[in-house]
Amino acid sequence: MSALEAESALPRQKVDIVPALLPIIVALLAAPLIGSTSTFVTLTVAGLAMGLMLFTMASGLTLVFGLMDVLNFGHGAFIAVGAYVATLVFMPLAAWAQADSLVPNIGVILLSILAAAAITGALGFVFERLLVRPVYRQHLKQILVAVGGLIVAEQLLYALFGPQTIALPLPTALRGAFVVGDAAVERFRILAVFIGLLVFVGEALVLNYTKLGLLIRAGVENREMVEALGYRINRLFIGVFMAGSALAGLGGVLWALYREQVHASMGEDLTVLVFIVVIVGGLGSVFGCLIGASLVALIANYAGFLAPKLALVSNIALMVAVLLWRPRGLYPLGGR
Amino acid sequence: MSELLSLEDVHTHIGRYHILQGVDFDALEGKTTMLLGRNGAGKTTTLRTIMGLWRASAGVIRLQGEPIGALATPAIARAGLAYVPETMAVFSDLSVRENLVLAARDGPLDDARLQWIFGFFPALKRFWLARAGNLSGGQKQMLSIARAIVEPRRLLLIDEPTKGLAPAIIGALIDCLKEIKRAGVTILLVEQNFRVAQEVGDEVRVMDNGRIAHSGSMAELAADKALQNRLLGLSLDAHQ
Repeated sequence: MSALEAESALPRQKVDIVPALLPIIVALLAAPLIGSTSTFVTLTVAGLAMGLMLFTMASGLTLVFGLMDVLNFGHGAFIAVGAYVATLVFMPLAAWAQADSLVPNIGVILLSILAAAAITGALGFVFERLLVRPVYRQHLKQILVAVGGLIVAEQLLYALFGPQTIALPLPTALRGAFVVGDAAVERFRILAVFIGLLVFVGEALVLNYTKLGLLIRAGVENREMVEALGYRINRLFIGVFMAGSALAGLGGVLWALYREQVHASMGEDLTVLVFIVVIVGGLGSVFGCLIGASLVALIANYAGFLAPKLALVSNIALMVAVLLWRPRGLYPLGGR
Repeated sequence: MSELLSLEDVHTHIGRYHILQGVDFDALEGKTTMLLGRNGAGKTTTLRTIMGLWRASAGVIRLQGEPIGALATPAIARAGLAYVPETMAVFSDLSVRENLVLAARDGPLDDARLQWIFGFFPALKRFWLARAGNLSGGQKQMLSIARAIVEPRRLLLIDEPTKGLAPAIIGALIDCLKEIKRAGVTILLVEQNFRVAQEVGDEVRVMDNGRIAHSGSMAELAADKALQNRLLGLSLDAHQ
């Protein structure tokens, strides 16, 4: 055995599975308290749908933080813009939305998603160049600038679309629910779960099986070394910021359809929830973000049914509990 | 033998500290130039300044006569420099393979070159798919050096590769550095271990207080104990 091979024993990598099991554990604990199987199924599917929508909105934010060390409190602006873009797409395509057929219904949603992602991605480019780039590595200024950007965006939406809540009814074929046994599962929620999972799988494939993904993962860990290997990390920053903004826009479309309404302050309202998801999941971790989003949504739904008054504080309580257990979140970068 | 790298009156400030105070030296093509000096003399700052990770506040850095001091770090790397930092800086969340795939920026991994690397770093082959964060200190150092040589580069900047490693691993690293030298690669090597410096170094530059205090051949310094004592405060015998 050579000298180098003498150092051959690798410490076994512990598989940290407990946080990933938390949503299942929460569901199993809630099931007997809820009692009715049909109610449990309805609440769980609703929770998963909400969780995957939150994940879609939050995963961009967590990547932006992990790679760029930027606390973008303006992320909610892209969510709200995405939602408004959906209303703009739905308006001229009302016939598609009202058609009693799944194809035009899904078509209008897909067009909304594409338009929202394109517009919020482009706005993300402008936001990064004008507001974020001058304050890299200055967290206090980042918060001030990003919150300022959120306020300006919100006021612009008020100015352009008015203060009223705009209705965004679901396309005809996506209204109502499937009945599985005694449980009612809303159709749109199935679509939201599908799109959310698609986003997660897409992100996982890009991050794990492409050189771009490797660069992002490496950049999250050590930006300086990525540059020393000859890669221009600023270009990567812009790309990730645009992708994060586009995902927020996509999430905004789904959220607007889920609530069937749009208003200018929805971005601000969701910012807190999205930050809770990112903190619970562990800053910078996409998988942690998925688990965090599922937990936040499931607990909110179960608490809303079991103890409605507690639902108001369930997210904060979850965040406190997780941070007491794991101060850096469930799956922080670089391990606990 | 021509100069591959030259520094002329290079100054570097970090915050309000004036670390490099007029560094002048060159590294000859195909040779291994040792950068020695006591802790805090400015060796790491010199390497980081060459790589553009810290900006020189004055002076000129040339690579084969072309000024590179104004270039951004990625451009400096693409000019043919590879950097092995003191911290090793392997991407711990990535596998050994993924670390090397990233380092091979010009295309896919070259199998023949990979086998050449595995020849002196067999552990990397063995742990090809293992997470780099799980490697031992010595294995991480191997990976860090392998990353720098996975594609041909004109100049390797290596910062204290033997720091904190077991003697057996240090011996293997010396063999590796000699092999890289034989391949004709120019190396600028910061090292505290005088035995390593003596074994692999052709030229030596000794730093003190942010300046070059001595330039000459490594053999000359190794033979002159009084000079070692004056420049480094050590005796070669103590490190044998």
